[in-house]
Amino acid sequence: MINALVAILIFPGFLFLSAFALFAEYADRKIYARLQNRVGPPIFQPFADIIKLIAKEEIIPEDANPQMFKLAPLFALTAAVTSIFYIPMWMTGALFSFTGDAIVVLYLLTIPTLSFFIGGWYSSSLFARIGSVRAVVALFSYEVPLFMGVLSSCMLADTWSLSGVAVFYEKHPWFWLFNLIGFGVALTALLGKLEKGPFDIPEAETEIVAGGFTEYSGRFLAILRMTIDMEMVVGASLLAAVFLPFGLMFTPIIGFIIYICKVLFVVACISLMRTVVARLRIDQMIEFCWKYLVPLGMLQLLLNFIIKGVILK
Amino acid sequence: MAEEKEFRIPIGPQHPALKEPVSFTLALRGEKIMGVDVRLGYNHRGIEKACEERTYIQDVYLVERICGICSHAHSTCFVQAVEEIAGLEVPKRALYIRTLIGELERVHSHLLWLGVAAHEIGFDTLLMFTWRDREVVMDVLALLTGNRVNYGINTIGGVRRDIDKEEIKEILKAMDILEDRTKYYIEVATQETTVVQRLSGVGILSCEDALRLGAVGPTARASSVARDIRRDDPYAAYGEMKFDVITDDHNDVYGRAVVRLKELLESFKMIRQSMANLPEGPIAVKAPRKIPAGEAVSRYEAPRGEDMHYVKANGTDKPERVKVRAPTLANVQAVRHMLRDRYLADMPIVVAAIDPCFSCTDRLISVNDMDKNRTDTLEWQDLRDYSIEWYKKRGVDFSKMRKLK
Amino acid sequence: MRFGKTKLGKMAMEVLKTFFQKPITILYPAEKIEMPEKFRGKLIFHPEKCIGCQLCVKDCPSNAIKIKKLPDGKFEAEIDLDKCIYCAQCVDSCPKKALEATKDVELAQLDSNKLKVILNAGPEEKPQK
Repeated sequence: MINALVAILIFPGFLFLSAFALFAEYADRKIYARLQNRVGPPIFQPFADIIKLIAKEEIIPEDANPQMFKLAPLFALTAAVTSIFYIPMWMTGALFSFTGDAIVVLYLLTIPTLSFFIGGWYSSSLFARIGSVRAVVALFSYEVPLFMGVLSSCMLADTWSLSGVAVFYEKHPWFWLFNLIGFGVALTALLGKLEKGPFDIPEAETEIVAGGFTEYSGRFLAILRMTIDMEMVVGASLLAAVFLPFGLMFTPIIGFIIYICKVLFVVACISLMRTVVARLRIDQMIEFCWKYLVPLGMLQLLLNFIIKGVILK
Repeated sequence: MAEEKEFRIPIGPQHPALKEPVSFTLALRGEKIMGVDVRLGYNHRGIEKACEERTYIQDVYLVERICGICSHAHSTCFVQAVEEIAGLEVPKRALYIRTLIGELERVHSHLLWLGVAAHEIGFDTLLMFTWRDREVVMDVLALLTGNRVNYGINTIGGVRRDIDKEEIKEILKAMDILEDRTKYYIEVATQETTVVQRLSGVGILSCEDALRLGAVGPTARASSVARDIRRDDPYAAYGEMKFDVITDDHNDVYGRAVVRLKELLESFKMIRQSMANLPEGPIAVKAPRKIPAGEAVSRYEAPRGEDMHYVKANGTDKPERVKVRAPTLANVQAVRHMLRDRYLADMPIVVAAIDPCFSCTDRLISVNDMDKNRTDTLEWQDLRDYSIEWYKKRGVDFSKMRKLK
Repeated sequence: MRFGKTKLGKMAMEVLKTFFQKPITILYPAEKIEMPEKFRGKLIFHPEKCIGCQLCVKDCPSNAIKIKKLPDGKFEAEIDLDKCIYCAQCVDSCPKKALEATKDVELAQLDSNKLKVILNAGPEEKPQK
């Protein structure tokens, strides 16, 4: 009981995830800045932002629905925190694992997007409504490639459990090289989920102020920003667990450090990808995802089918 | 599908997409724009009236501060009008220096525009890179004139500061650096997939529409309208320079970007020419404090298009009337036409593509009909008919004038 | 990746090169840059050259300068630093070259009364070169 509480609240639960999320945001912003020949924020900047937001007043619009407005950020945060428990961090076993937890993690990552939609819609502001509707339309575009990418690797390992995936790739060390196309597809789709890079249309600053987050301020905005950072860490951890499953056979401490490095590598890839492209319009995003990402995902699935049938028998 | 309701969304006066206050009220149906309502006037500062209360030499600095980016354009245009009324013969060296600063200002303005357009489509990397390179131009301008914006180089009768050999060397060094970088930006703007996707097919303005709506500057030149005051009505030292007028036939925002980028290369050419041919001589003639009675219209090709100043003098040391028609006023009429049937996501880039400078634009244009004691607005055709009638009464017949292509 | 005639991620090589360069930002106020020679900053006044013609007062676009005659026959210049637009027209208008522009730009104050300064270039105040 005490073990479970420590796990949920401190490590690898809320406190560790918060600290890691803030550090990942710092890494993302620093790399983004250095790629643009700028200096970038100091290491405590994301923490200072959260503290400042918590200290500010919340303003709830008159026409908004107060209950939904206040509950939506909390749903998002809870879902993001819950999903970290199933990712194998320092050895091949995660904290709580069961068959099918890969799909559960993917589902839990969808809940924040729906919460942003609900929060934006019930804000009853024009900009928030447009932003929240765009967020759901974008969901239809990137969800399928993301699922395809992640599940193709799980399919090669013949299990839907992330810990099982880690065990499989420990037994067959170089098989993760077969999944590189899927890695590319899943990384691009992850940009859509995190609303970054060419897919940040739901939160397009120059068009609709802040999208679904326009009317949020104070503590709620702090919770929403924390959720976005945690989503980035969870998404990067998921991709690292499924596509870069090496280095899990060492001692727990070294394995943990390798895990941190892998997550930071995925975060660096995300930063680089969002630096070099402009923002796509919503119809261009749908066209791009369904015309290019989904066929590549299907190609990876086909490839893994063949490999499973031929090599692994 | 059921009929979707239209709702009105206010873009401005305060909005992250706009650099200056202006109000566009969009009628949206889903993501499609059904209609646009434009309101100007948030930046009106009463500059034309203020000009009447100050002497000519004070007005040079006031007119310069109408806008931060086209400051030399306004200053030169005003000074040219006053010099024409007073009949002053400006020395050649001063004209070359004015041209040099004008072209450097054009470089600065176009690089700034490229960054702002990139920001509007969400490409902050290009914004940071172009604004980093713009610092090279601003350092050169600070070296030559003493300030990074609002150069204060013009005075009635010439320029105030001279250039020496060291500064010429610095300018040429800067030109080499910038030419390299501009060629790279042309590559990025024309070959980066997401940029081309966002800019192509957006903000279409055909050649006939550009002429009908009165577009000027790069906005019109991207629709194959080959109008450039530097070639059509040369002022300063442009009569002696060789350059091409850049036009493009894409008719959309992509064309405008290409026109501005190629104009940067032309500007580098012109700066090098003016450095090579800089004549010796004085840099100013003494101007009288009291300008004799008369009136003059002066035109200048600002980075955004045709800038026009009208000055009326009455023999005292203060002007009687100063009227400024900035290029953005001519281009903003086209924005309504360009936004029809487009998506909401295209709005920032279409507005940014005309290179709006609303500080320049907000002058008063209402007509007071003293007989009927009411304030009316004149349409374009009415204004043209009115001007033809006015000149007919004075013995000049413009009604047969061939429409300029 | 190529899409027709365009390339996705065209700036990738350039940004990666930039990653390993020093940032171009100047960390003001820890680092300061030198203004160029012709820069028009705060003015200084040479009272021994002034003849009290008031041409600078007449030509100032923002009425920022006032020349007052002191009881001993000398002149003093009072400048309102927040009205001054640093155009240096007064420097050009003065027939005796009694005013000069320096490169001093750090003039911010918390109290606006401190911005009305009386200029007197004494022997110890040399123009900043």
